[in-house]
Amino acid sequence: MTHQTQSQHTFDSERVRADFPILGRTARGKRLAYLDSAASTQKPQQVIDAINSFYSESNANVHRGVYELSERSTELYDQARGTIARLINAPDKRQCIFVRNTTEAINLVANSWGRENLKAGDTIVLTMLEHHSNIVPWQVIAQQVGAKIEYVDIDDAGRLRMDQFREILGTGSVKVVAVTQVSNTLGTITPLKEITSLAHQAGAIVVADAAQSVPHMQVDVQNLNVDFLAFSGHKMVGPMGIGVLYGRRDLLEAMPPYQTGGSMIREVHLDHTTWADLPEKFEAGTPSVADAVGIAVAADYLSEIGFAGIREHEITLTNYALGQLREIPGMTLFGPDGEDRAGVVSFLIDGAHPHDIASILDGEGVAVRAGHHCAQPLMRRLDVTATARASFYIYNTEEDVDQLVSAVETVNSIFGRRAS
Amino acid sequence: MADLYRENILEHYQNPSNFGTIDAPDITYEDTNPLCGDRIRIDLRIADGKIAEIKFSGRGCAISQASASILTELVDGEDLDAVRELSAQDILDELAIPISPARVKCALLGLKVLKAGAYGITDWPETE
Repeated sequence: MTHQTQSQHTFDSERVRADFPILGRTARGKRLAYLDSAASTQKPQQVIDAINSFYSESNANVHRGVYELSERSTELYDQARGTIARLINAPDKRQCIFVRNTTEAINLVANSWGRENLKAGDTIVLTMLEHHSNIVPWQVIAQQVGAKIEYVDIDDAGRLRMDQFREILGTGSVKVVAVTQVSNTLGTITPLKEITSLAHQAGAIVVADAAQSVPHMQVDVQNLNVDFLAFSGHKMVGPMGIGVLYGRRDLLEAMPPYQTGGSMIREVHLDHTTWADLPEKFEAGTPSVADAVGIAVAADYLSEIGFAGIREHEITLTNYALGQLREIPGMTLFGPDGEDRAGVVSFLIDGAHPHDIASILDGEGVAVRAGHHCAQPLMRRLDVTATARASFYIYNTEEDVDQLVSAVETVNSIFGRRAS
Repeated sequence: MADLYRENILEHYQNPSNFGTIDAPDITYEDTNPLCGDRIRIDLRIADGKIAEIKFSGRGCAISQASASILTELVDGEDLDAVRELSAQDILDELAIPISPARVKCALLGLKVLKAGAYGITDWPETE
């Protein structure tokens, strides 16, 4: 690791960049400005090496062999869980379940907790900011048990309508509130601690989609007092194919398994089976140990840089980008202005479709996302079909923003000013 | 990228040919590109086995809209049996711009709608 001497508020993005080999390549023959970390982040050499090293030196299945390699693999897997528990301040590492990604984590809760605890007439509260992964699993379980779904709307700035949230809670039928901590489209940081407090007063649990928050800010599950929290490795400089579900211990212990098979059993008889304890009860089958090792190294990498510094860097870059983009004719910017905004900038340019914007930016080496961002209800709420989105992370610099702004000006020179 | 957004593409995007709808069309069909929300509707009036009138409407990116506009020019007045043979490559050749894999669906949406509406071919172009 190369960041041990850096203080929390003076991190050097050029030094960070040096850890990310992919940033040295070109895109369409231009310098790569990778501005799509909200979709997936790039990986530092430390994470790549850790995965390589696992397969080169420690690979064997976990929880099975008595031989040295299996012992080593099992130890690394347990250590990885401990690292993740420390990252989010979980009281016990057994409350951190390894899954494939945020989507699988939410499906686990919706299917296991939901099937056991939701019934006809109950209300599931979602918000207009949600990613499809925090909508669809709830719709499916709602249909199966006859529960209904209420959505908390947003105001014009893209903040949650907390007055409306309180109203919905007041009906007394709310059993679960599933809410994102950071909107992947607008960058809105939701008041999760307040949401949790209000939901608990109303007798509901809170499931937090933390895919866009854990990589970017200090997330403390005990301070937030959330009941479940889900995030993905690949959005926090870790590998694809691994994610985490944190859950309150009493809830996890009372829940039935989500998937069944090997690893998650205590005893299997011909006619019945008893379940393993946490966390194995929820980890059927051979886990992705190398990716668990990878996400743990990613967590350490981010912790060593320090989340205060990461957040400050992203605020600086976002404000730098917003300041310049705002000056461009025909520009529409989405999302709140203020402390409650993460490093995500969704925008539109008059006369240019987001896909054309993204294609032109691509030609200038600038990687952004264009589309509905897996948030079609939010797109309809904003009355747009799609937006272009730039998102910032630890390895982005003002040079990336300058390249973005210059490419956006190219969009305008092609489309904006010649509209008939 | 100047290649992709050549003058004739922008011209078709901003001043499309045959843009609009037909009152009481013989054939009308609409489809979307679910990935990006591009939407195209094509209305046809048929006479003597030929396309007597064609109009398209919708919204979307420059590639999808310009491609639909060019398509309507290409097939207007043509024999329905001949139009049936139009291939994906014919459209890409007609556009004459470098279409990346991610944008091919935009470029072909117009023809996809025409094939589905005029001939009931709904699995195009996946089977080609």
